[in-house]
Amino acid sequence: MPIQSVNDFVVRFANVNGSGSASANELFARAVLRMGVPVAPRNIFPSNIQGLPTWYEVRISQAGYLGARGGTDLMVAMNPQTWDKDVAGIEPGGYLLYDSTKPMPKSKFRDDITVIGVPLTAICNREYSDPRQRQLFKNIIYVGALSALLDMDVGEIEKLIAEQYKGKEKLFDANKHALHLGRDWVMMNMEHPIGLRLQRANAVGDRIFIEGNSAAALGAVYGGATVCAWYPITPSSSLAEAFTRHCNRLRVDAANKQNKFAIVQAEDELASIGIVIGASWNGARAFTATSGPGISLMQEFLGLAYFAEIPAVVFDVQRAGPSTGMPTRTQQTDIISCAYASHGDTKHVLLFPEDPAETFDFGAIAFDLADRLQTPVFVMMDLDIGMNHRLCRPLNWDDSRKYDRGKVMAAVALEAGKDFGRYLDVDGDGIPYRTYPGTHPTKGSFFTRGTSRDRYARYTEEGPAYADNMQRLLRKFETAKDLVPRPIQANAEKPTKYGVIYFGSTSPAMDEAIEMLEASGQYLDRLRVRAFPFHSSVTSFIAEHDFIFVIEQNRDAQLRSLIVNECGIDPVRLVPILHYDGTPITARFIARAIGEHLDALKITPLRKVVS
Amino acid sequence: MTYVVKPKFHHPELPKNKLGYTHRDYEGKISTLCAGCGHDSITASIIEACFELSIEPHRVAKISGIGCSSKTPDYFLGNSHGFNSVHGRMPSVLTGANLANRDLIYLGVSGDGDSASIGLGQFAHAMRRGVNMVYIVENNGVYGLTKGQFSATADRGSKSKRGVTNTDSAIDMVGIALQLGASFVARSFSGDKKQLVPIVKAAIEHRGAAFIDVISPCVAFNNHAGSTKSFDYVREHNEAVNFLDFMTGRAPIHVDYAPGTVEMVEQHDGTTLALRKLNAEYDVHDRLAAMNFIAHHASQGQIVTGLLYVEQDASDLHGHLNTVDAPLNALGEKELCPGSAALDKINASLR
Repeated sequence: MPIQSVNDFVVRFANVNGSGSASANELFARAVLRMGVPVAPRNIFPSNIQGLPTWYEVRISQAGYLGARGGTDLMVAMNPQTWDKDVAGIEPGGYLLYDSTKPMPKSKFRDDITVIGVPLTAICNREYSDPRQRQLFKNIIYVGALSALLDMDVGEIEKLIAEQYKGKEKLFDANKHALHLGRDWVMMNMEHPIGLRLQRANAVGDRIFIEGNSAAALGAVYGGATVCAWYPITPSSSLAEAFTRHCNRLRVDAANKQNKFAIVQAEDELASIGIVIGASWNGARAFTATSGPGISLMQEFLGLAYFAEIPAVVFDVQRAGPSTGMPTRTQQTDIISCAYASHGDTKHVLLFPEDPAETFDFGAIAFDLADRLQTPVFVMMDLDIGMNHRLCRPLNWDDSRKYDRGKVMAAVALEAGKDFGRYLDVDGDGIPYRTYPGTHPTKGSFFTRGTSRDRYARYTEEGPAYADNMQRLLRKFETAKDLVPRPIQANAEKPTKYGVIYFGSTSPAMDEAIEMLEASGQYLDRLRVRAFPFHSSVTSFIAEHDFIFVIEQNRDAQLRSLIVNECGIDPVRLVPILHYDGTPITARFIARAIGEHLDALKITPLRKVVS
Repeated sequence: MTYVVKPKFHHPELPKNKLGYTHRDYEGKISTLCAGCGHDSITASIIEACFELSIEPHRVAKISGIGCSSKTPDYFLGNSHGFNSVHGRMPSVLTGANLANRDLIYLGVSGDGDSASIGLGQFAHAMRRGVNMVYIVENNGVYGLTKGQFSATADRGSKSKRGVTNTDSAIDMVGIALQLGASFVARSFSGDKKQLVPIVKAAIEHRGAAFIDVISPCVAFNNHAGSTKSFDYVREHNEAVNFLDFMTGRAPIHVDYAPGTVEMVEQHDGTTLALRKLNAEYDVHDRLAAMNFIAHHASQGQIVTGLLYVEQDASDLHGHLNTVDAPLNALGEKELCPGSAALDKINASLR
């Protein structure tokens, strides 16, 4: 029986990388959104520019589920290389749209799916002679075919094309024509719509559709970053590029066309973080964007910034490691390497945004925190958030907000004779005062170094002075606990002994999984951790429950290790739920894994059975 | 001497500069390097140069890497902020600092291990970018702090103190700086203060990447027979091509040398240098000829010193990036934050 569903299904496009499919697929996703139906698209792409398989998955969900679902209801199979796997991946009762120009043997199909053949190549060849046009318009033609098959509002697609080619009438006409070639062919030659249909709804609201990397870069613009140093690495490059784009629009002095920003594409990640540290030392707000291998390269410098107490903001768009790993696949796998980055005893502040909107917020807050705490702050994103368009609440900025530049002693205070010790804890919060270079002719200068020093920044290898400083750094980290974004707790409707801790891009899948679990009578309280060091509420949440599931997208349960280590928790009480194949975690995966554990826990102990 | 607290008193009639400062105002802590170290002579030359230029010490940022040479910023300009960063990474830290505040003078101090081995990449890229800085390499051809291993500038065939012969060919940092686009390149000798002080002054006044390679013998590990970086060897093989008689600011100057022996070099920012030519063939404005001249003399075992190249209309990284005149670290919410109205527009474009 073919699947029947309105506004709730998954379409997956299988394409060849570099064939120009990305913009056509995005056009499809945006058109659904314009019909008022939430979508969650995901790019599944190879580390390659041309030739290898790539997929674009669009989850359509009027209920607003934005996590990956898993499974495919309609496969748009445009890549012969992956045909067998793509056909096998369709849900029973699902649909297959393919290019029927060349006849395919029956053995290449399945009996339990609906096969829709549209002669895309034939239509193209009839219409176009230029090979590049044939290639590009083929993509638009299948979008046109889909518009008829799914009963879409073709007007919305046309409007989007018009917006895209504003002022380029010829291109608009050509694309519109191609769209109708596909649409008309389906309308004339086959039954439509199919069992999967789109219906205008009002479920999008005022939400926006943005990639996390772009939102993070906007956060840096709003947060006052003026210096950006970076080295290209997937999946973070588009963050620095977005910062460049945003700055060119928002940060150029209107009067003299000069830039209120400096962006350097450095020679490597070491230079990137070095530039960030130099700029921050000198009082500018600076950041870099990188991924796991970059974090590894930055280790020595991160230790210097921790020990010499220099602010720095690092956006880590995580990907699957170790080593080159799967550079175009997502993971939450740098938690430990960032939390304890560098040699010696170090601890760093981490922020875990859940979606682009929070990435914008944290992207701006990170600069306040780095200045306040005089230490590196990591914004821990991942490929799933960074490189996919995600539907999220609008970005928000309060115009009364002031940048918190932290404890900076100015010339006036120095002149007035205020005691300045660069590493002197005057307020008891572990945070000393600093001065910017060039502040005062004779007061407030100091020598910054990675070697041990006393409270007045004088070189020393005395054990007590070293230990005193290391203790103060711990006090500072304690202070950070109340400054970083707090965890968000949501309790189940019924009291429960079980809890779940999750973070970052797992959010949408987790929300959906909770609904699935509750539907089967399993209740869990949940805590979304948003930062490290952990607020005291993390420990109390764990104390209030018998067992806690910790959901992560890595193999080694890194957040769980961090909780065990930093909160002194018995590891037995933290049950790891781990997803690390490089695809985004799904609600189905979480619900099944937790469900199985809960079922196991429900088995009556043998002792009770016997007695 | 390092256990002695540096006395603060000085002779009441010590000469004062335009700011009313004496030499003492440009000094730092007492050096902890070995007695007789070439690096201390370079420190003295930096102090002299800053004194003579009447630079406000706090308007200088001193940044270094790791090693004997990188310790020296603690020994001069005590009222300047200093940053002893990471081995081989001074150039990136300095680049960042420079981007944050274009109004300060940036003095990068490094050594041959720091800049020719571990930091060769960062050295090269700072030159390429034209960071406005003085980049001084205190070059002794040896790792001092770790007790006498060869560095990458040690000449092939030179002998270490333990009698080992170096078989790797040497990196000539001056050659690399010239090739990569440094707009001011000089080489000098720590033992020749008369030559070095004006070069440091000229480098400070130069806008762009100014590189100075200073041969600075290591008295502990590289001052023996068989070394090509010893005091004796350098003195014997020094081929000075020119001599900066004096450096001026923007005021007009008068020269009483015979015509043709002195060239007035006007820099982009309006400053002028008076250059006395010792070698009539040598042209300081010809990058290719300079590279050729230096390589040719090196093959004959001669170390060419002096101002080797200067680009008169040099530009710097801030110019390339078209940054505003105000230091970036002085900009606040008003200049940097586009505000909620702009964000609303962005939100609207994302629906």
